[in-house]
Amino acid sequence: MTIDTMMIEHIIVMLLLTLLIVVAIVIIILNDLLAAIILSGLYSILSATVFVAMDAVDVALTEAAVGAGISTIILLGTLSFTKRIQKPQAHNNYWALTIVCLTGSLLIYGTLDMPRYGDPNSPANSNAQLAQHYLTKSKEEIGVPNVVTSVLASYRGYDTLGETAVVFTAAIGVLSLLGLRRRRRKEDPVITEKQQRKQQNEDV
Amino acid sequence: MQQKIKYQRHRVVQVVTKFLIPMILLFAFYVQFHGDFGPGGGFQAGVIFASAFILHGLIFGEVRTRLVVSPNVLRLSMSIGLLLYAGTGVVSLLLGGNYLDYSILLNNPISGQHLGIFVVELGVGITVAAVMISLFYCFSSKRNSIDELAYNIDENEVHADD
Repeated sequence: MTIDTMMIEHIIVMLLLTLLIVVAIVIIILNDLLAAIILSGLYSILSATVFVAMDAVDVALTEAAVGAGISTIILLGTLSFTKRIQKPQAHNNYWALTIVCLTGSLLIYGTLDMPRYGDPNSPANSNAQLAQHYLTKSKEEIGVPNVVTSVLASYRGYDTLGETAVVFTAAIGVLSLLGLRRRRRKEDPVITEKQQRKQQNEDV
Repeated sequence: MQQKIKYQRHRVVQVVTKFLIPMILLFAFYVQFHGDFGPGGGFQAGVIFASAFILHGLIFGEVRTRLVVSPNVLRLSMSIGLLLYAGTGVVSLLLGGNYLDYSILLNNPISGQHLGIFVVELGVGITVAAVMISLFYCFSSKRNSIDELAYNIDENEVHADD
């Protein structure tokens, strides 16, 4: 890769990250929850684009499908349980702001120790035999062209099993909170029509 | 009568949706079974598969989607997916290998790995798809169609719109 394309990639990623910050701030400011939900979908699409620019296609696909797709729908569904407009805050909570700022600056301080993006001298890339092993031996040991899949499903099979169990457990939690309630619903015109037709056929 | 008019208002969207759903399902299967070669895998495929049903629910009303996939089937299949994953590990244990060591599944270690990854990803896909559709059922059980979801400002305003 030449210097020029790297520069362009760098600028694109920076632009997208700036947009992410702008969208996040707008979400905080907005009182309209529907608009905030749609913007959070936009936020996910933008981060998916950042992942594509960083060559993490698998993560990007997940982010686009889960973040922009399912989460938005489920949040919209949640909105139907409540009002669309956020209640105005009666007072300003400066304590909360202080704690949030403190936590944020601590997190930023923590990232200073992290290796730079794509740094060849970082521990993960240079002397770790594990990453090298995955990249070089995956073809002969697993035989699957996509290294992400072989790491995810075979080398790190325990982790993925745990993740699936987490998804399953989360579903059980939601089902026990919301799903077991039976509601009387309004008669659906199409379904009743179908039932009537079925009844008629049975009569004939 | 009012109800009838309401459903006819989205005729174009409904026709386009009927055209889109098979393609979304096909894409989900592509992401599921092509995950070994390109980006994708069980998790993404499950979510895309679920999104087809969620689209159906949004446009035609969640009541009718429940007729296509009943919540009981979903509860069953989300457990089956996880059991498929964990069961693969148990099978490799019974065959004398380590837990989730797929090389032991077939005579050739590479084919064993292929089979193991295939089954495991299938399990993940089934669980994730079932979980996502169930979550959608839970959260949308109050409203019936896109009308109420999109114009959810106030109950009175929805009625004034009609």
